[in-house]
Amino acid sequence: MFDSLSDRLQHALAGLTGHGRITEQDVDVAMREVRMALLEADVNYKVVKEFVKRVKERAVGADVIENVNAGQMVVKIVHEELTDILGAGDRTFRYDGSPAVVAMVGLQGSGKTTSAAKLARWIVRQGRQPLLVAADIYRPAAIDQLKTLGTSLDLPVYSAPQGTRVVDIASGAVAEAKRTGRDVVIIDTAGRLQIDDALMAEIREVHAAVQPRETLLVVDAMVGQEAVSVAEAFHENTPVTGLVLTKIDGDARGGAALSIAAVSGLAVKFMGTGERPTEFEVFHPDRLAGRILGMGDVVSLVERAQETYDEKEAEKLAAKLQKNAFTLDDFLEQMQQVKKMGPLGSIMEMIPGLGGAAKQAQAAIDRGELAHVEAIIRSMTLEERHDPTILNASRRRRIAKGSGTSLPEVNRLVKQFGEMQKVMKMMRGKGGRMPGLPMGPLG
Amino acid sequence: MTAERSTPPERILLQDALKPTRLGFAERVRGLLGAGHPDDETWEEVEEALISADLGADVAIEVCDRARMRTDVGPQKALQLELLNLFAARKAVAWPRIPGPGIPAVILVVGVNGTGKTTTIAKLAYRFKSLGAKVLLAAADTFRAAAIEQIQTWAQRIDVPVIAHAAGADPSAVVFDAMDAAKARGMDVVIVDTAGRLHTKANLMEELAKIRRTIGKRIPEAQPEVLFVLDATTGQNGLMQAKAFNDSSGLTAIALTKLDSTAKGGVAFAIERSLGVPVLFVGLGEKVTDLRDFDPNAFVAALFAVEGEPGPR
Repeated sequence: MFDSLSDRLQHALAGLTGHGRITEQDVDVAMREVRMALLEADVNYKVVKEFVKRVKERAVGADVIENVNAGQMVVKIVHEELTDILGAGDRTFRYDGSPAVVAMVGLQGSGKTTSAAKLARWIVRQGRQPLLVAADIYRPAAIDQLKTLGTSLDLPVYSAPQGTRVVDIASGAVAEAKRTGRDVVIIDTAGRLQIDDALMAEIREVHAAVQPRETLLVVDAMVGQEAVSVAEAFHENTPVTGLVLTKIDGDARGGAALSIAAVSGLAVKFMGTGERPTEFEVFHPDRLAGRILGMGDVVSLVERAQETYDEKEAEKLAAKLQKNAFTLDDFLEQMQQVKKMGPLGSIMEMIPGLGGAAKQAQAAIDRGELAHVEAIIRSMTLEERHDPTILNASRRRRIAKGSGTSLPEVNRLVKQFGEMQKVMKMMRGKGGRMPGLPMGPLG
Repeated sequence: MTAERSTPPERILLQDALKPTRLGFAERVRGLLGAGHPDDETWEEVEEALISADLGADVAIEVCDRARMRTDVGPQKALQLELLNLFAARKAVAWPRIPGPGIPAVILVVGVNGTGKTTTIAKLAYRFKSLGAKVLLAAADTFRAAAIEQIQTWAQRIDVPVIAHAAGADPSAVVFDAMDAAKARGMDVVIVDTAGRLHTKANLMEELAKIRRTIGKRIPEAQPEVLFVLDATTGQNGLMQAKAFNDSSGLTAIALTKLDSTAKGGVAFAIERSLGVPVLFVGLGEKVTDLRDFDPNAFVAALFAVEGEPGPR
């Protein structure tokens, strides 16, 4: 797992806190870290070079304000510059026309078909009637895939008999849309390599025939240094109007989007955040900037927590905490909630300043500690879970045996839980609210 | 409170600065190292060339440092040798491992979404069938729309049987049936297709571990091969993917797909070095015959081959 840039800069510029102004030497140290962080995020190395130069110019001589150290200051400047680049292009999605044609293009496996369906659903929510068009005639079952997605969204999917040329499918779809009163036509094209001349010619032909209002290049957030040449080649063949950045729900930093934005000026218009049709959103430059830097994508974290965290459960928990009735059963429930959110490390990495803790937590999980804790609690009777004070030596031995762990492990958990309860009591005493996030056994 | 914004955003565009990207990796490295005694700046550019091939900054720096220290060969040869050193020596062992007479070999194919798992499976099935093996496919991607139809279409084309359940079925149940069918029908190789999944989704990674356990339950002697399919256009995230999949299901080999693109697949160097899991196959197109054995020598040589010259790939 990568160190977040903010952690690195804090470390590199640790000695600087309190000085009033950022010097050129400070910046040189910081820029090395920025360069590595951007390269790890798969930002094109040429873009990195230019970017570092710009940030350096701006950072030298910048005032360090109170309560902020030089490292944080540099991070702030970097974040602003990233946001500027990512937000520079035109992010408006245009679908006026009768019908408006939208073409989805990209490399194989970037997520065109899924994105086409998601976009269709998004368009329905804007009050329009999209028609999905299955124009990937090459990949086996690609047409079935779009049809299945169309059925699940209750949307029509246009397809043509085998052997129909792609340009004729596109034209036929537009005619069909006019006939049936659909006002947006979304064409799902086959994945193609940017160096495949025959298929690039096909895309030009489709463009000439149906004049798409939008041609969206679908880009996988995990793509590496090739992103720029891919985007340029597509753009040369068919005027791309924007990007859809997919698979952003992984832990890829998505530097490709920055590279493409910097080089071509193309803006990301949408992001795919999961496999379900609902997991699709309008792009936020500042959030991706934070992610590229690894400096904490708190908004995404909160959203992910909300997504997985059952609100009623949370209320129940809060009530229990108030009454000091938090039991080992609740503790187990909390662990399940945390697990649902994905690897703990990746969650904690989203929280600024927790980069180091994330590593420790992940190491604990890797060692199977979480699984042991779970096994221990599950080996207790309900009575024991509600009141661990009744756990005498013989009960503890039984639990250790039942859970396949050891007596010291059981003792440790019981002790830790007791301490946790104490901390909770203190927090309640101070009138402080419980943090919204479920607690892990690792603190 | 901060420095003034220096430039309006629209002037950030770097078109001109990026033109040289078009120059191939090989031309650049040859141009840089061909002339004898490279200086610091030249080595830095070599480092950038390696980064542009997706090796990652850490590996690129390390390889360059090592190459620079070598005095036994010229700089270009030194770089090639140091790149080769990142790969483990290839042993001449059968893949997949044959667990014993009458017991089918099992290959579990895993990876993130869209890397080319199903196509790679078709290519492998075609290869084994051509070698005279009886091959069975298991359609355990029950999640993605029409994934079952996709593998069925391939199975029909290469004429091998496939075990499939309805969409949405438990993938482990498909694997359970496929293992029993393989034994009953005396199959030599079973290849299991799984749904693409992001390595950050804990529940989906657990599902994979469960599938692997199911294989072991039905065919206890099976030492399943777990093939990780990696898209060559993937950047540094590939390393995290590989680690997560390795943790959940114990990878035994890597297939690097889409190498017919301009991508160099450099993250494979980092993965093999870090995990010791060998890259065994490369995918070079969409036809069933477009699968080659991976040869580190040829791979590194191809990196240095100038376009137009006959390359080993």
